[in-house]
Amino acid sequence: MSKKNPNYISTTNACKLCKPLGACLAFKGIEGAVPYLHGSQGCATYMRRYIISHYNEPIDIASSSLSEKHAVYGGGPNLKLGLTNVAEKYHPAMIGIATTCLTETIGDDVSMYLDQYKKDTEGSQGLPDFVNVSTPSYSGTHMEGFHGAIYQVIAQRAEGGPQTETVNLLPGFVSSADYRLLKEIMADFGLDCTMLPDLSDTMDGPALLEYEKVPAGGTPLAAIKAMGRSRATIEFGRTLDSRESGGPALEEKFNIANHRLGMPIGIGETDTFFDLLSSLSGREIPEKYAGQRGRLVDAYVDGHKYIFGKRAIVYGEEDMVVGMSSFLAEIGIFPVLCASGGTSGHLAAAIAEVTGDTLPEQPQVHEGMDFFDISEMAENLEPDLIIGHSKGYPLAKKLNIPLIRVGFPIHDRVGGQRILHLGYSGAQQLFDMVTNAVIAKKQADSSVGYSYM
Amino acid sequence: MEAVALKDREGQIHIKGKTPLNIVCDQDSLAGAVSQRACVFCGSRVVLYPIADALHLVHGPIGCAVYTWDIRGALSSGPELHRLSFSTDLQEMDVIFGGEKKLRNALLELIDRHSPKAAFVYSTCIVGIIGDDLEAVCRTVEEEKGIPVIPVRSEGFKGNKRAGYQAACDAMFRLIGTGNTENISKFSLNILGDFNLAGEIWMIREYYERMGIQVVANITGDGRVDDIRRAHGASLNVVQCSGSTMQLANMIEEQYGVPSMRVSYFGIEDMSEALYDIARFFKKQFPDDPEADRVMERTRSLVQEEVRELVPRLEKYRRALAGKKAAIYVGGSFKAFSLVKAFRLVDMDVVLVGSQTGTKEDYAELEAITDPGTVIVDDSNPLELTSFLKEKGVDVFVGGVKERPIAYKLGIGFCDHNHERKEALAGFEGMLNFAREVYSSVMSPVWRFVPRS
Repeated sequence: MSKKNPNYISTTNACKLCKPLGACLAFKGIEGAVPYLHGSQGCATYMRRYIISHYNEPIDIASSSLSEKHAVYGGGPNLKLGLTNVAEKYHPAMIGIATTCLTETIGDDVSMYLDQYKKDTEGSQGLPDFVNVSTPSYSGTHMEGFHGAIYQVIAQRAEGGPQTETVNLLPGFVSSADYRLLKEIMADFGLDCTMLPDLSDTMDGPALLEYEKVPAGGTPLAAIKAMGRSRATIEFGRTLDSRESGGPALEEKFNIANHRLGMPIGIGETDTFFDLLSSLSGREIPEKYAGQRGRLVDAYVDGHKYIFGKRAIVYGEEDMVVGMSSFLAEIGIFPVLCASGGTSGHLAAAIAEVTGDTLPEQPQVHEGMDFFDISEMAENLEPDLIIGHSKGYPLAKKLNIPLIRVGFPIHDRVGGQRILHLGYSGAQQLFDMVTNAVIAKKQADSSVGYSYM
Repeated sequence: MEAVALKDREGQIHIKGKTPLNIVCDQDSLAGAVSQRACVFCGSRVVLYPIADALHLVHGPIGCAVYTWDIRGALSSGPELHRLSFSTDLQEMDVIFGGEKKLRNALLELIDRHSPKAAFVYSTCIVGIIGDDLEAVCRTVEEEKGIPVIPVRSEGFKGNKRAGYQAACDAMFRLIGTGNTENISKFSLNILGDFNLAGEIWMIREYYERMGIQVVANITGDGRVDDIRRAHGASLNVVQCSGSTMQLANMIEEQYGVPSMRVSYFGIEDMSEALYDIARFFKKQFPDDPEADRVMERTRSLVQEEVRELVPRLEKYRRALAGKKAAIYVGGSFKAFSLVKAFRLVDMDVVLVGSQTGTKEDYAELEAITDPGTVIVDDSNPLELTSFLKEKGVDVFVGGVKERPIAYKLGIGFCDHNHERKEALAGFEGMLNFAREVYSSVMSPVWRFVPRS
């Protein structure tokens, strides 16, 4: 069961975002890049507001600011003017251009406009690189936009040549803390790595003396160019099949082996990731991580009785849901409903793959869900907790059960960008959070006032 | 040194005292300038949103609905249908073959599910392009379901937020005049342009009740369809946030002869003036009615009581904040007038003031009430604001979510004065909250750790 009721007509409280938002976030993880939306002004502003409320960081997204006459005569002139203005004020290394439903529907050909613009400006100094991606918001979610942008960055910027020792890492959309951790892990294995994108600094920057127009950090363009020469690619995302993403692009064009794994959430999926790193690097798993894993197993044992048999609803982006389901299953929590607004067609199979050997029976898995559907199903599922981004809060409140905030967006707490999901250390934080939430609920619901739990 | 603004934007920046005021405003945003503005849809959505017993269905791809889900902290004392996010979630096939059927089905489904008192159907960019006949769909559903089903002409690209206000006013005007006006006192008014953020309209209503004046309709904070339908029976429209609902007041005046008055509820000065103006209005309207004198008498004692209570409590904040520098960047310029006065009340200096959608008259008024050297700016952007904030050595910046990270990255205090705020800033009590908000940011010890040159 992976498609929802065909009678579905309206959407209430969507469990997905629109395609251009994902593209903007992906571009934001490239060094010196400014995201740019070819559309009307509102899209850029709405997405900025939405992203800011999660990261508490400036995010400047430029726009063609199309008005009625441009919708009639085409947005080309405004696109070119906008690019010139962004280049003048931001001095970016790259402008990442994503389309919107408006410009897709009026049939603007951005690639052609860019070719014209490059000809018009030939010989000018200091012009940025351009990468464009088609992101009509009426097809796919923000995750198709995210992976589509990564795909285009690679297709338009990576070049072949003699092979290097570098390993490409395409983690998908994770938190800034996760990107930081991944860089650390790769370094600890002694692997030279190009991670795309890298939102570790650009969306979680320090307080600085000088304001940076384009925040430091992100994947350098030179490194992206060299991705076509790397010796392997690691790509997270068990539901990515048949969608545009970076790994297959590198494989087809440059014949680089693509190792597609699940997001390393929990011990099982992280072991798979570390085993691969071990074989790619020819090194044993570093002592530091063996220690983390050991402590994590110890913590699982210490806490297992508090949580065994608890029932959880998990929702969000498909690959995040797969990873979380794998983690929950291995700690003895039953994911009674795994839901996503995405419609990859692969969610149920991916969840079966990662939970098949731990769960006695498969959970209900549904794609194309909104919070009305989730809420309606929840009534018969008797969940003990909910795991997902902050838009599930109304449901948690209604059911009077804890919400474990993971993923994006987190709009009702600080530090969404610092939630660690990946690796043994991420699993450690998730485990403590989940277990303590269950304990806290039991404590709060009891009239005794237990001081030992 | 590089110029602060793009050449095409220089006319939209004015320094008081340097040259006579000749500010350029009310224009389409410049492509690539990273305007802080949203779109027509946003303008309509935020104005109509607080009508709590209406169905608000966004006809378009998912983004427009999801970015405006529960976007305002507009509280309701009863139904909360407005807090749900409804969308037709248009897909590629709908864009090709038209979305009318899906819209119709969505409306029928949602009206049956929620039994709203009316439905607003918002048009988005794409609907304007594919040419769905919203009027026709709404008309047939209205006939079938027996509730008003009103199209809102809010295609995003058809202007800026102000055009969206107009579209919202046009939509509400269809309701007005359709309800009965029995049991409305001649000492009665409608509240226009308050959105009941953090319960503000309840405070304002209480003032009016203490004055002996009946409130007929809240437009739109804690709003109800049936109240709006009989709003033409009130004796006066009191309009705050005039940008958004002044048009509606004008239309009601033209058709039903109800006069209107512009007020502001922010700051002691403007709040008191608003109440006195209203009392004077009734005295003038009904000079021979002794109740008009009693209204004036009650108003006087209300203001005296509130001010007597408030002023000593403000003193602590005034002492701490005196001489500090403030910057203001808000959506509507009318709010900026009040903020300038409110800062003056605590002896702070306003050095920058700007808005997304001010008119020539608005900026003239701002120029009149600010000190020489103050920067006045229309439709600004992060880079300009950053430059001005640094150059002027600002201590606290007042704005919305998109302005917050700009202030924080510069190591400057911030006060949220937009629709997401959780503190009531209107009314007498609101002035105290406002001072406390500013104080709690400016006086925080965290700034000592921020890098300073």
